[in-house]
Amino acid sequence: MSALIGLLGVISLVFFLIHMIPGDPIDVMLGESALTADREALRQGLGLHLPLYEQWWNYLTALSQADFGHSLFSGRPIVDLLLERIPATLHLGAMALLVAIIIALPLGVLAATRQHSLYDYGSMGFALLGISIPNFWMGPLLILVGALWLGWFPVSGQEGWNAVVLPALTLGTAMAAILARMIRSSLLEILGEDFLRTARAKGLSPMKAIFIHGLPNALLPVLTLLGLQLGGLLGGAVITETVFAWPGLGLLMIEAIQQRDYPVVQAAVLCISMTYIFVNLFTDLLYAWLDPRIDWQNPA
Amino acid sequence: MMRLWVPLSIIVIWGMIALLSPALSLTPDTIDLTHILVGPDQDYWFGFDELGRPIADRLMTGAKTSFVVSLSVVALGIIIGGILGISSGYFSGWVDQIFVRIVDIMLAFPGLLLAIALAGALGPGIENVVLALVIVGWVGYARLARGQVLALKHADHIVAAQALGASSWRIMGRHLLPLITAPLIIEASFGIASAIIAEAGLSFLGLGVQPPQASWGSMIRDGTRYMLVAPHLVLIPGLTLMAVVLAANLLGDWLRDWLDVKEPKKMR
Repeated sequence: MSALIGLLGVISLVFFLIHMIPGDPIDVMLGESALTADREALRQGLGLHLPLYEQWWNYLTALSQADFGHSLFSGRPIVDLLLERIPATLHLGAMALLVAIIIALPLGVLAATRQHSLYDYGSMGFALLGISIPNFWMGPLLILVGALWLGWFPVSGQEGWNAVVLPALTLGTAMAAILARMIRSSLLEILGEDFLRTARAKGLSPMKAIFIHGLPNALLPVLTLLGLQLGGLLGGAVITETVFAWPGLGLLMIEAIQQRDYPVVQAAVLCISMTYIFVNLFTDLLYAWLDPRIDWQNPA
Repeated sequence: MMRLWVPLSIIVIWGMIALLSPALSLTPDTIDLTHILVGPDQDYWFGFDELGRPIADRLMTGAKTSFVVSLSVVALGIIIGGILGISSGYFSGWVDQIFVRIVDIMLAFPGLLLAIALAGALGPGIENVVLALVIVGWVGYARLARGQVLALKHADHIVAAQALGASSWRIMGRHLLPLITAPLIIEASFGIASAIIAEAGLSFLGLGVQPPQASWGSMIRDGTRYMLVAPHLVLIPGLTLMAVVLAANLLGDWLRDWLDVKEPKKMR
């Protein structure tokens, strides 16, 4: 329910913010020299002469039928544009998440199990670097080394299986930095717990005890935070996609901004925000499913 | 001591350059076609860009851009977020309910995404960058201030002040605000770091300051085209940006330890 209210709020906020912006979309479509009659006809046709709240209501009802309107620039239905771009963003997002987990899991575990050691300082130093290196610098650096100097990967675009490597690394390392910190602190909290001592006492090696008994418990809170962090990932995807000319939703949004194609900007923002809301809803549900202590019938 | 002095001196140098840049007689926009893409040498440590403009001078004007933007964003965010958060937490009731809803909705957006969309719609320019980042950024301070006030408002000294007949505004300004400044200052130092990145990011996308005005973000963007022949165009502004952001983050960490504030719990 609160996800629904959040969704409605997000849709309305984007709608009103975009409409508060000075400038007439009619000028964008027809140019400033168009005839007054033509302008009026188009205005009527698009429903832009209606009061704002009516336009808002019409937008909502159209949205409920998955109708995002048409692009001002190409005239194509926005739904088609979105559907074309979503797979690329999903591909990039999934690969980035994979990169993040592969980097963050060993770093976080190492830092927590050897607290105050060189490993700990090294991992946390990496994490600090990771959040301080913006992805619009990380991306060009990776292009310089991986594509221009070594020639292992393409500079940009989506051609070839290895095209995803550099953008996924760019997006993934930033996330890995935050994730490693979370895993470390979450693992540190449970290291002194009785069940870990029991696991050690029955003869498990320290690493086995951590991986079989420690991590599943430590990762539960990380999961929720991971959902929240995904927002940063999605925002970063806009920049990363621009750096690598990766044809996803983020690049669509930047292109639409450059063409002053506001309905498309609006739809892209909505689409990305909705993904974020649904992912968070999903992680909450997943959390409840993974943690048997949460009682569905009698929530506390 | 290293933990404090290194980042602190980076931040101080950054601020000094930003404040003194008008007096330094820099020539960031002077085009010199004989120096196009010339790399660093012993006279010019940072080299020249694709139009033969001195990178050192552009870095320093870029420092001013990032300083002005990040300081205004954080200051406005703290003032707006602080006032709304403190009063919402103190008065509670239906105003607070609505406030929490609004904050939840704002937090339901990926922040950077909303800032990009807003900056794109508002059009380029330094004021619009600040506006877009404040619209996105005040929420964090508001949530923090509200949470702190909720925890404090039944403290003895507040109850005593109420019993003595102090006005609500006096209590909020004199008795609550001083107690929540520490967490707000810590949040602000991390806020500076993320505002620097956000400004550079928007300028990288072409949505920030407009050419020929220099920003570290637009310097990186312009440099990517010449990366193979002149990597210093990308490396130098990026390293500068990273150093300042890292310093702000380290300073935030140090402040948190020094002021001994517990890490704020993430709220959902």
